[in-house]
Amino acid sequence: MKTVNVFFCGTGGQGVLKAAEICAVAAMREGFHVKKSEVHGMAQRGGSVESHVRFGAEVFSPLIPAGQADVLVGFDGAEAARLKSILKDGGKDVTPALAQAGSVITSSLFINTFMLGVLSKFTPISETSWLAALHEVFAGKQEAENERVFRAARELAI
Amino acid sequence: MSDNTVSTKTLLLLSGNEALARGAWEAGVHAAAAYPGTPSTEILESLGTYEEVDAQWSVNEKTAYEVAFGTAVAGKRALFACKHVGLNVAMDPFMISAYTGVNGGLVVVVADDPGLHSSQNEQDTRRLMPFAKVQMLEPSSPQEAYDFAKLAFDLSEKNDIPVVIRMTMRVSHAKENVAVGTRTEVAPKKLVIDPRKYVMVPGNAYPRHIDLEKRLVALKEIAEATPLNRVIPGSKALGILTSGVAAMYARECYPEASFLVLGMSFPFPADKVRDFAKTVEKVVVVEELEPVLAEQARLAGVTVSDKHPSYRIGELRPEWIADVVEGREKTFAPSTARKPQLCAGCPHRATFSALKKLRCTVTGDIGCYTLGAMAPLGSLHTQTCMGSSIPFLEGFKKAGAEKAVAVIGDSTFVHTGIPGLINAAYNGVTGVLLILDNGTTAMTGTQPNPATGVTLKGKTFKKLILEDVCKACGADTVDVITPFENKKLQGLVLQRLKEGKLSVIISRAPCKLIDRKRRPVVKVKKENCIECDICLGVGCPALGKSEDGTITVNESLCPGCGLCTQLCPKQALVIEG
Repeated sequence: MKTVNVFFCGTGGQGVLKAAEICAVAAMREGFHVKKSEVHGMAQRGGSVESHVRFGAEVFSPLIPAGQADVLVGFDGAEAARLKSILKDGGKDVTPALAQAGSVITSSLFINTFMLGVLSKFTPISETSWLAALHEVFAGKQEAENERVFRAARELAI
Repeated sequence: MSDNTVSTKTLLLLSGNEALARGAWEAGVHAAAAYPGTPSTEILESLGTYEEVDAQWSVNEKTAYEVAFGTAVAGKRALFACKHVGLNVAMDPFMISAYTGVNGGLVVVVADDPGLHSSQNEQDTRRLMPFAKVQMLEPSSPQEAYDFAKLAFDLSEKNDIPVVIRMTMRVSHAKENVAVGTRTEVAPKKLVIDPRKYVMVPGNAYPRHIDLEKRLVALKEIAEATPLNRVIPGSKALGILTSGVAAMYARECYPEASFLVLGMSFPFPADKVRDFAKTVEKVVVVEELEPVLAEQARLAGVTVSDKHPSYRIGELRPEWIADVVEGREKTFAPSTARKPQLCAGCPHRATFSALKKLRCTVTGDIGCYTLGAMAPLGSLHTQTCMGSSIPFLEGFKKAGAEKAVAVIGDSTFVHTGIPGLINAAYNGVTGVLLILDNGTTAMTGTQPNPATGVTLKGKTFKKLILEDVCKACGADTVDVITPFENKKLQGLVLQRLKEGKLSVIISRAPCKLIDRKRRPVVKVKKENCIECDICLGVGCPALGKSEDGTITVNESLCPGCGLCTQLCPKQALVIEG
């Protein structure tokens, strides 16, 4: 199968890396070979943060080549606009869903779960794998609320 | 060896650093030592979670290397890890360990940072291998980091030589489903007291050099035969010689080509490369940073083409591989990424605010506080390498710089700052040194250090008292002050500058990544704000401007440190309660 590429971006402290981690675990649970790349260190002091998640039968490069992302998940509109050239022609930018988050979440802590719910509609990963990954990475914290937010966002996604 | 296919073994989603630690643990590593440094830090953090591994944060890389080296010489498997520039600090024991040999397996992990994500330079560790005369492995993925770490200890013991595993940012900080196994306990080697091997006086070192050259010949034969250097057959029209993560980019972009991927890149397997070249019409080298493989191939008499010199700078990206293969020049595009900054409530901001006010010339050092150089603070004026701030201050004063002070973090002071202070005292130098003591090694992710007293394994034995160290080094005065009493700090710096002694001021307040206590946040009294923007001059992320020009406070970011309330001349910024 063709490699699926999901690109996450935002700024330090928004939960970008956690969201990418959940996506990678979900893809692994689905049986895919996964590669993910990001940078720790200096970059996290409020600077730009990006994470590349790729999955398929066999993935080589840990970075998504420019113009090949299937989905762009922005946690910050300005950052998503700056990096939009990573999307392929006809790729899906789910960043605009940020505007609807307020109708689902009660705390900004759940923004990454919300964005994952939206993203999930555009990936060949089952809801079961997504939810298992969500609970695994959050170590069972706020299980009911995470599940509610994820499902509601998934419903909302178009 | 794995070929990145998903097997039925236990699969874990691991970073390259975690995978390497897992492989070392399974190979029976007994001790591990490092000083934190991006992108290598998580190797020791991960090893520290295994009960069987005696893992430590050391004072600096030289010390860490010697702890690991000594463990190996005495018969047990040991690992040393550092970032590329960390190896500069450990160069002395690293060089000599090739001469002496190691007895128990010694694995030296060096993580390079192409693209300078969090470093002061882009030195390519592969360049050091002919100089140091040791063996090098280059994993291209987390799975290979695991596989190679498992193999490296055997290689080291069999050939009595340290084995370097060269990681890069995109291997260390990439994650992959890694097929793992279980730990095998390895019987320790006997410690043989042998001064001819371990006392490197000239009369002993000369025969050891002869022995090392013999070992290198044997290592080259291993490199020629190892399955780590593997041919992936493909079209005869294009053969690609590559290593590390560059191999992954090249395989993605040229799936039809033939490949020779070097997992053991030094000693260089010249025969294997010559044989590969005979099977293809042309050989192109795809490698990150320096043209190491290309030069070695040419030395071996193989005609290869390689990248334009402009591609020696910065990391590779998959979309540039076609340019690399075609020899096209790189187009430099300035980064548009949002720059990192000091956190809201960071005590370093308060210290730099005082130094800015006093218009000091500041020789700096390496840590989060290097961000004090950025606008609008702009109050750190040099940063070169670990521990440089104090000797730099001495140099600045020799050259007549006025109002010069040095700043250094607590961890960096212990790392290599102390000799600089002793040097200044010994040579009768006067000046003011500020130790920015935030109680952690913040930049690399809040690791403990001797001045916190806590070890990597979470134990407390002895806490280094910085005040006592400074006095013992020869400081005439040692003051401890919180930078959040900002006027008082300014007065103290000014007083110490005027006195003309050797003074240390420990500016002490906990890092905001550790001290997360919520305090009352700053409120704006809009009617008092005269839009002077003085508060904005310290670059606090919690402060902004409203449309009418008055100041706003982002209450979710403001930790209530109160620095801005001290800067405001009109009491428009206040903390109530």
